[in-house]
Amino acid sequence: MSDFVSEFWSWFIIVPTVLGLVFCVVLMVANTTTPKSGEAETMGHVWDEDLREYNNPLPKWWLNMFYITLVFGAVYLLLYPGLGSFAGLLGWTSKDRYDNEVRAAEASFKPLYDAYLATPLDELAGNADAMGTAKRLFSTNCAICHGADARGATGFPNLRDHEWIWGGGDAEIKTTIAAGRTAVMPGWAAVIGPEGVEQVSEYVYAMTRDPLNPSFVEPGKQHYDTVCLACHGPEGKGNPVLGAPDLTDGVWLYGGSLGAIRHSVGQGRIGVMPPFGELLDESRIHLLTAYLNSIRE
Amino acid sequence: MSTTSPDVYNYTVVRQFAIMTVVWGIVGMLVGVLIAAQLVWPALNFDTAWLTFGRLRPLHTNAVIFAFGGSALFATSYYVVQRTCHTRLALGPLAAFTFWGWNLVIVLAAVTLPLGITTTKEYAELEWPIDILIAVVWVSYALVFFATILKRRVKHIYVANWFFGAFIVTVAILHIFNSLAVPVTHAKSYSIYAGVHDAMVQWWYGHNAVGFFLTAGFLGIMYYFIPKQANRPVYSYRLSVVHFWSLIFTYIWAGPHHLHYSVLPDWAQSLGMVFSLVLLAPSWGGMINGIMTLSGAWHKLRTDPILKFLIVSVSFYGMSTFEGPMMSIKTVNALSHFTDWTIGHVHSGALGWVGMVSMGALYYLIPRLYGQKIYSVRLIDLHFWMATVGIVLYITSMWISGIMQGLMWRAVNEDGTLIYSFIETVEAMHPYYLVRFLGGLIYLAGMLVMAYNVYMTVRSGRAEDAPVLASAH
Repeated sequence: MSDFVSEFWSWFIIVPTVLGLVFCVVLMVANTTTPKSGEAETMGHVWDEDLREYNNPLPKWWLNMFYITLVFGAVYLLLYPGLGSFAGLLGWTSKDRYDNEVRAAEASFKPLYDAYLATPLDELAGNADAMGTAKRLFSTNCAICHGADARGATGFPNLRDHEWIWGGGDAEIKTTIAAGRTAVMPGWAAVIGPEGVEQVSEYVYAMTRDPLNPSFVEPGKQHYDTVCLACHGPEGKGNPVLGAPDLTDGVWLYGGSLGAIRHSVGQGRIGVMPPFGELLDESRIHLLTAYLNSIRE
Repeated sequence: MSTTSPDVYNYTVVRQFAIMTVVWGIVGMLVGVLIAAQLVWPALNFDTAWLTFGRLRPLHTNAVIFAFGGSALFATSYYVVQRTCHTRLALGPLAAFTFWGWNLVIVLAAVTLPLGITTTKEYAELEWPIDILIAVVWVSYALVFFATILKRRVKHIYVANWFFGAFIVTVAILHIFNSLAVPVTHAKSYSIYAGVHDAMVQWWYGHNAVGFFLTAGFLGIMYYFIPKQANRPVYSYRLSVVHFWSLIFTYIWAGPHHLHYSVLPDWAQSLGMVFSLVLLAPSWGGMINGIMTLSGAWHKLRTDPILKFLIVSVSFYGMSTFEGPMMSIKTVNALSHFTDWTIGHVHSGALGWVGMVSMGALYYLIPRLYGQKIYSVRLIDLHFWMATVGIVLYITSMWISGIMQGLMWRAVNEDGTLIYSFIETVEAMHPYYLVRFLGGLIYLAGMLVMAYNVYMTVRSGRAEDAPVLASAH
């Protein structure tokens, strides 16, 4: 086995293991005595005024229990890997066991999921069984960030609303699930200074509401046009190709208060959707896409 | 005031550690009750970083194992080794250093862990400067202990000292090798081991912290205080020889059972499981020797609450050392691993065995250290029942919760999806977390009863050092 770089290390395991088990047996045999009749006698030593020791024989049931565990151990180490590079008579490995279980699971579930994959998304969304399965897949894989109701939380997008930062089409959703997304909003404090952050935040705030500090809006727009426009667009409508959110739709991934906007502008944000393609195959991603379409409001 | 005459035993350091055992016991258990409450009512972390479960949990484990358990071991081993060697404790100033050094370690732990300064190695979270201090204190402890053994005035070394000795030597090795690290700053280091090697070394340490710190050391306590309190000879010298050697040999292998079904190679997992199973009989050897020492004096259990503490603790020891080997079987472990069952198992050992044997030993020690009868025997009895009820609530709720949790995790629908989402398993555990919290609260309250009883005894007593016994053969 590859665990050992040389035979030496294999024997380094085998010898102490076997000697250790033998040592336990020898220790017991050497100390097994037949019980004497009559009053038990102490060993004759006295410590601390009155501490003495009897020398009763080892209890028989206890000895037998010890022997049974030792025999079990010896047999187990013959059958299974344990003694260094000796693979065990059964040839068992945990990797084989895992592979077999995965193969068996695939064989039993594949026909069902193949049928789902062949069904168009619209039709799938109306299939109660399929949506039951999809909801459970969502609970297991997605709910931990997006919530059991898929409404998200600060930093984790709501999947039921109309804003899809990376695009809400079927193909885009599938790509998002399978390959993941990494959104990077750089922090601008070092470039435009604290005052610039204040001003541009006010401008972004004022895109959807009455400004709190009207005098900041105009200088804020100038900063916006210099550093923000490239991703968020001239009117703040965002760009799904870059994952740049629409700033005018009233949906705020990291909070829409002036303070939260300032933080986003000044310190930046990094949002990561992990790739699930390794965990979920095409048919399961297909199901989840149908599910997300079905719960959209 | 105590004298420093060589004709009396050094009880000063024993008194210091004995009192701190009670103090740290309350602190450690209080943190435990708080984090148990946080699992029932998450708002109790008050949105404050240093009050969160992740920071307080290692504080709880370090406080109960090393502050409470450690102080109990220092107090009892220093008491037992001088009395059974018929000589005053060796290297007095060094013994005093172990007291102040150990308490400094505890205070540093109590500050750094809530601040989030951690190596992230379970039960070895403390960062490298504290690790070095621990190593220095521990080596000093070994010097004091073995120097006392060397100058003993009896020919044979009493069995309790074998266990204390094995515990001291092995913990030194475990601590030093597991803590080897490369410092980066004064409060951050990286382990010299990487990947699966790090995991294996960590659990070699982790399981033997249980095996030697919490088992061998406390067996040393058992071997002195049960025969003393029962006034009966130890049941079998022969049994103590066999179970001592087989226990210390077998325990050291058992660590891999913490890493079943992981990337640890199959052979190492098998060995960990086999030796954990073989460990059952050596563990029970200690239980038999403890309980059977009482044969012929069973009636004393009715009237003597200290013996109740000691004997029930050994019973919990037997129970958890049966449970442990069973849980190390890979098939059982597949269900139990990562569930509350493990938490329940640890606490049947910690509250039942370690806690109760320490309490019994302290109730024996305090009157002798202060030359004053215990303030109230009825309060000892009350404490015993509070501790027992607390443990039973704790363990049973964690059994139910843990097994349920394991079964819910593996429940699969016909379409291959999980029947229960993670949050559903959390919801299902909630009522059991409440019961566990109540169990812990009652156990902590018992500890407060003990503190009151000890305080009232110490207040009316005075520090008293007993004369050293004559040499014996």
